[in-house]
Amino acid sequence: MAIHIVDRRLNPGSKSLENRQRFLRRAKALVQGAVKKSSQDRDIKDVLEGGEVSVPIDGMDEPRFRREGGTRDMVLPGNKKFVEGDILPRPNPSGGKGRGAGEGDSEDTFRFVLSRDEFVDLFLDDLELPDLAKRKLAEVESEGIRRAGYSTSGSPANISVSRTVSRALARRVALRRPRPEALAALEAELADCSDEARRAELMAEIEALRAKISRIPFIDPIDIRYRRFETVPKPVAQAVMFCLMDVSGSMTEHMKDLAKRFYMLLYVFLKRRYRHVEIVFIRHTDRAEEVDEQTFFYGPASGGTLVSSALQAMHDIVRTRFRPADWNIYAAQASDGDNSYADGEVTSRLLTDKILPITQFFAYLEVGQENGLSYEMPNSSLWTLYESLRASGAPLSMRKVNERSEIFPVFHDLFQRRSQQERNAS
Amino acid sequence: MTATDQLLFRGADWDFRTLQRICDACEQVARDELGLDVYPNQIEVITAEQMLDAYSSVGMPLFYKHWSFGKHFAFQEASYRKGLMGLAYEIVINSSPCISYLMEENTATMQTLVIAHAAFGHNHFFKNNYLFKQWTDADGILDYLEFAKRYVAHCEERHGRLAVEHTLDAAHALMSHGIDRYPGKKSLDLRAEEKRAGRRRAHEESAFNDLWRTVPGGKVKSDAILDVERRRQMLGLPQENLLYFLEKTAPRLRPWQRELLRIVRHIAQYFYPQSQTKVMNEGTATYVHYRIMSRLHQQGRLTDGNFLEFLQSHTNVVFQPEFDDPRYSGFNPYALGFAMMQDIERIVTNPKDEDREWFPDIAGKGDAMGVLRDVWANYRDESFISQFMSPRLMRHFRLFHLHDDPEERAGILVDAIHNERGYRRLRRELARQYDVGFIDANIEVVDVDLAGDRRLMLRHTVVKGAQLSEADTKRVLQHLADLWSYDVSLVETDGVGKVLKEYVANPRNIAVAA
Repeated sequence: MAIHIVDRRLNPGSKSLENRQRFLRRAKALVQGAVKKSSQDRDIKDVLEGGEVSVPIDGMDEPRFRREGGTRDMVLPGNKKFVEGDILPRPNPSGGKGRGAGEGDSEDTFRFVLSRDEFVDLFLDDLELPDLAKRKLAEVESEGIRRAGYSTSGSPANISVSRTVSRALARRVALRRPRPEALAALEAELADCSDEARRAELMAEIEALRAKISRIPFIDPIDIRYRRFETVPKPVAQAVMFCLMDVSGSMTEHMKDLAKRFYMLLYVFLKRRYRHVEIVFIRHTDRAEEVDEQTFFYGPASGGTLVSSALQAMHDIVRTRFRPADWNIYAAQASDGDNSYADGEVTSRLLTDKILPITQFFAYLEVGQENGLSYEMPNSSLWTLYESLRASGAPLSMRKVNERSEIFPVFHDLFQRRSQQERNAS
Repeated sequence: MTATDQLLFRGADWDFRTLQRICDACEQVARDELGLDVYPNQIEVITAEQMLDAYSSVGMPLFYKHWSFGKHFAFQEASYRKGLMGLAYEIVINSSPCISYLMEENTATMQTLVIAHAAFGHNHFFKNNYLFKQWTDADGILDYLEFAKRYVAHCEERHGRLAVEHTLDAAHALMSHGIDRYPGKKSLDLRAEEKRAGRRRAHEESAFNDLWRTVPGGKVKSDAILDVERRRQMLGLPQENLLYFLEKTAPRLRPWQRELLRIVRHIAQYFYPQSQTKVMNEGTATYVHYRIMSRLHQQGRLTDGNFLEFLQSHTNVVFQPEFDDPRYSGFNPYALGFAMMQDIERIVTNPKDEDREWFPDIAGKGDAMGVLRDVWANYRDESFISQFMSPRLMRHFRLFHLHDDPEERAGILVDAIHNERGYRRLRRELARQYDVGFIDANIEVVDVDLAGDRRLMLRHTVVKGAQLSEADTKRVLQHLADLWSYDVSLVETDGVGKVLKEYVANPRNIAVAA
């Protein structure tokens, strides 16, 4: 009897994938908690890398009727010195753990490897961009062209040769068009043949073949196929993110770090939504300049503080490079809240007249000293100014942050999915 | 022909031609020399990941989707990656054809070992042991699993994933109490089951159970209260197969939910013989692979090097740590089973006086394979150990019996050791450890309060003072109540009927009944 041997390795081993996703859905709250905890401890850049999280298994166990306690009898191997009637001390007071009883229940927590997508999904789950479809975004689309199969009519430039030839071949085979070799063979035989009767036979056959060949053309108009194209609307999916930061002497490394984490989160977040995300770094003291990321976070600078300079710079850049009609504009400003007194008026006017009307979202993050308490921070001049703007209805979001661990909750808070009314109220 | 021509393979590499040669060689020994009778074999080569996959769906090639399999996969994958756990070399499925999985990483020697072990050892056991014959339908199982998978997917489409998940969660919690322990009417025919499922569903959707005529809310006014005996009889009480009882009588389950319970119950039943024959099953397979490998070596078809490689893995497999060894975690079924099979062979072919006294039926009979085939066919772990554990083996394992009574303050009593006085007690106690009657809690449905609030009443008869663990029990009862959709109570009573503890669970208003 032949034994059947099958190679199953080629089957993708994805049987577990579906079950794995179900498990993830089921354990979502647990895994999400673990993801947030693990992302607090690492660099935000690494957040995009996915990775291991520890999931407590006890929230996910499946109950069964189990018995415990009572008198127990057990037969064990390996007696060395015991004799009948010996009394052995119990191993430890709990006494319950021994062989047989608590089998295999050591799965308290286990490390669970998440893919990059799974990780970021869970990380950013239930966040959304506010006012995503603001203004013309939904309508402003450019047209793209894509292949859409074949058609029986079209312009000669679009004839698909391979498709046409293969259809013609199929038709010729189906209709049994004689092959040229068959004809050539008969003609060769005719040339060599001297028997008259046979010659007549051959000539008739050749004639029949020729007739058939002419009846069945090599390429028929019905074989011809044209490549078809259709135009598809292509949504403009691009966003620009302005990072504005006060870098005057009062901004400590800690504060910059907080800001950086916030920007990174925003970047990860935007990256999920848009095909292109541009980042513009603007730092300012009493004058603003556009810089690269390195300079932005690590370059030394000093001077006074004029917030309006940064806003003005942003406005200029938008005007020259990012048409608000084509770009979704986001801005996040980080500052310790100091601004020169005289600048308030200018800042306020710039914001309300120029910046806010063109941005999807403007977040103001007031960063505080390490170990400070955010609710104990006295309202800074900038905070007071923004607060008054917000009170009069400007779409500004503002939060105070002191600790690294607060960054995610604050971010989460700002971008949480919520109803229109709530959003207006915040 | 020279000796080298007879070699099945050289070194560690193998290809599919080698596998075929190995199979043929193993089959020859198995059939002609050991007289084994097996289902047709199908060997499948898979990757490590696929092996993990198969692991997490209880070793079956196809299974319905459920999150718990994903959990097991994740857990096993994690411990595999950490190196806590080696993968099994093989998984074998009790089906016809009998499917054995081989991992691609195995060396040629390992593949030979696995083929001898699974495709012939386990296979013979599956086909011939009375429990498997009685309880499992090897021809039908794969089709039935395919049906179950389709059915569950179909239910998810129709009734939503969540509702199906709730029902399956509840059914899984009761799985170990969804088994008929004693053969009643007839053995399973899963193919017919599958065909009947459709018709049954149609019928049940049109018919209704008169018993539950008064279900929809309100105060029940029934003058003719069924007398207790008749009621219990109609409900088939007492009933220890909880899943069966729910499937048949739970008042508010939808037909598809009953079908899901049925599927889980059938699968539990299918695995029931495996839990009762671990020692015998592994012992048989290990004995068979040992015989086949030794024979192949004798025939010059395995090199000495390959044979040594085999012996090393074989020795690892049958290693039995002693009780005070940190590696000890109970009896190793491979070790115990293999030792007993070899011991039977010894008793049959070369008995001592002691053996003649203990085993008059088989001692010196001469035909070791004949006796073993008979043993493999007619015993399960408990009866096997209580019949064939010999004094010599008890001395070999240096067995001793501990009696641990929590009331006894002084400590744990050594009740018997491997000496004349102890043999019979040791053997009885060891056999009892493998008695399913003792392993699973004895829980039965005893009554339903039909006249009142339709409370379902269960009883757990406590044996040797071991009560149910409270947290787990509450959660299982919750599942039970959700399926039953009225209150459920469970009392724990001791041997004389004294109530030790009582649980009550109320159904939740979740999608189970929806």
